[in-house]
Amino acid sequence: MSLASPRLLRLPEAAAWPLLRQPHRLRRLLGTAAAMALGLVLLIWSLLPTYNMLLIALDAEGDTEYSGIVWPDEPTLDSFRVVVNGDYWYLEHFWHKFANSLLIALATMLLTVLLGSLASFALSRMRLARGWLLGNFPVLTYAVPASFLVIPFYRIMRVYGLSDTLWAVIAADVAFATPYAILILQQYAKLIPREFDEAAQVDGASPFAVYRSIYLPLTAPALVAVGTFALLLAWNEYVYQYLLLTSERNMTVAVAIAQFFDADEAPWNYMMATSIVYALPPVAIFFALRRWMTAGLTLGGVRG
Amino acid sequence: MNSASDTLALQSDTKDHPPGRRLQRSEVAWAFAFLAPYLAVFAAFVAYPVAYGAWLAREPALYGELLADPLFLGTVINTVLYVGLGVNVMMFAAVLLSGFFMRREWWVRALLAVYLFSWALPAIPSFVSFHWMLIGEQGLIDSLLRELFGVEGPIWFNDQRLALAWNVTAYVWKWMPFWTMVFLAGRMAIPQEIYEAAAIDGATGVRRFLHVVFPLLANIYLVSTLLATLWTVGDFNTVYLVSMGAPARSTDVLATLGFHYAFDAANPELGVAAVMCALPLLVPLALVLMRRLQAGEVQL
Repeated sequence: MSLASPRLLRLPEAAAWPLLRQPHRLRRLLGTAAAMALGLVLLIWSLLPTYNMLLIALDAEGDTEYSGIVWPDEPTLDSFRVVVNGDYWYLEHFWHKFANSLLIALATMLLTVLLGSLASFALSRMRLARGWLLGNFPVLTYAVPASFLVIPFYRIMRVYGLSDTLWAVIAADVAFATPYAILILQQYAKLIPREFDEAAQVDGASPFAVYRSIYLPLTAPALVAVGTFALLLAWNEYVYQYLLLTSERNMTVAVAIAQFFDADEAPWNYMMATSIVYALPPVAIFFALRRWMTAGLTLGGVRG
Repeated sequence: MNSASDTLALQSDTKDHPPGRRLQRSEVAWAFAFLAPYLAVFAAFVAYPVAYGAWLAREPALYGELLADPLFLGTVINTVLYVGLGVNVMMFAAVLLSGFFMRREWWVRALLAVYLFSWALPAIPSFVSFHWMLIGEQGLIDSLLRELFGVEGPIWFNDQRLALAWNVTAYVWKWMPFWTMVFLAGRMAIPQEIYEAAAIDGATGVRRFLHVVFPLLANIYLVSTLLATLWTVGDFNTVYLVSMGAPARSTDVLATLGFHYAFDAANPELGVAAVMCALPLLVPLALVLMRRLQAGEVQL
């Protein structure tokens, strides 16, 4: 923030002249100004949809017509009260639906981290797979996007006896989150010297002991990164939840939100208040874990 | 990390073991035990559904039906535009923005937290909010245009091109922070000495980006772009919730059209066939990605 730095503020009256005579300084000042302008644009860009959510959620009316305001006239938290108490038809048993969403996301996170770390250990540290085709076979999953598979998946869940269970959704989420987890963990594991494993093996450690006491602790940042990735994937997902969970008992918040579109005269302020409450857990978890994430995301690293 | 054995391990596809060590039988058993849970998930929830999907869409007549449907051809063009524009704009902006977020000022760090917010925000509420921002004259965008500039904005979802552009914008809004983080991690791994050496040679600003940073990030860029392409082709939520296909299903992409055929038109086989048409393009992309991941190491 060199604009406000004391050095610049204490410039003499003819401040502009010495500045012009020192082009590198002028350039830095212009650079900072440009950065701040970009920063302002990014700030508006990032927050506008969230602002819109708040605007509608705080509106007292919120019936069919949305009144073309850019600022709430009489902001009220009433719609949040309705959501929290489950006082509207679509929001009955709101906390039960919320618990379903949370269960799916947490189970997806844990299973992805578990399966991903086990598989990436076998693929990268034990050199089970030779060559690029076998070593990276999980990535082949992404050749057929998840949304393309929803129809066969729906029918197969009936064969497995998993129709209308949360496990069906968890299985889909894990199947599509794990390949990325394996990929990131494989890349990250390249940072760990193989000598660590070998030294432990010489001491008689079993592969599982190497996995537990060397691989897991040293890949911790990447495990946090892929865990967050899996959690957000499950929280973002809609179409599997919509199709696979048919009964009221197993419904999730994402499906409840989209359901508002089915009504002709839905109260949009309730819809937006639900959206905001739904957004709170991933945002909280994300910001709690953020410090470890950037380190864990290194992809095909550039290293010296 | 820079040890000879590790470099060897990264580069060799054929001679996989450092000299003097072979994988013993008991270790192979261990390795399979580690891999077994994922293999089970892969077989049951990826391989079987793919095979079943291919079987559902096996009738050649289905593809004739698709080609005869003008909706399908329009959707293919939309998907190409959506993916082509969305991925490239997103990745290029993300790599540039990651440079911006390398700045050390406190407000840039604070802004990064705000910027990453849109990745943490769930997709459904975000896209619903985009939908409401753009719906008619009462949406926030048109209201802002009226209040701030006195202009009457268009009815966005009445125009195919505008609606498509907003789908792309919403998609970029949601996912650009994620890729910015990936590039930021890549940039942070570049040792400071390289910048210093480049500065001595006179490479700063744009020239530093072109001749120093970008070559070092090239492999990450390529791998990320391939991955983003595969994910964007499969994106359902954005179009389903932002434009909802409006006007008159003219902004559908393959994922939403397949859903429409399967559930609105009650023809699941046709729905599966529609999305299966993308596979001849997606499978080679996935193979290139796998190949690049193995080669993927810039040794400095």
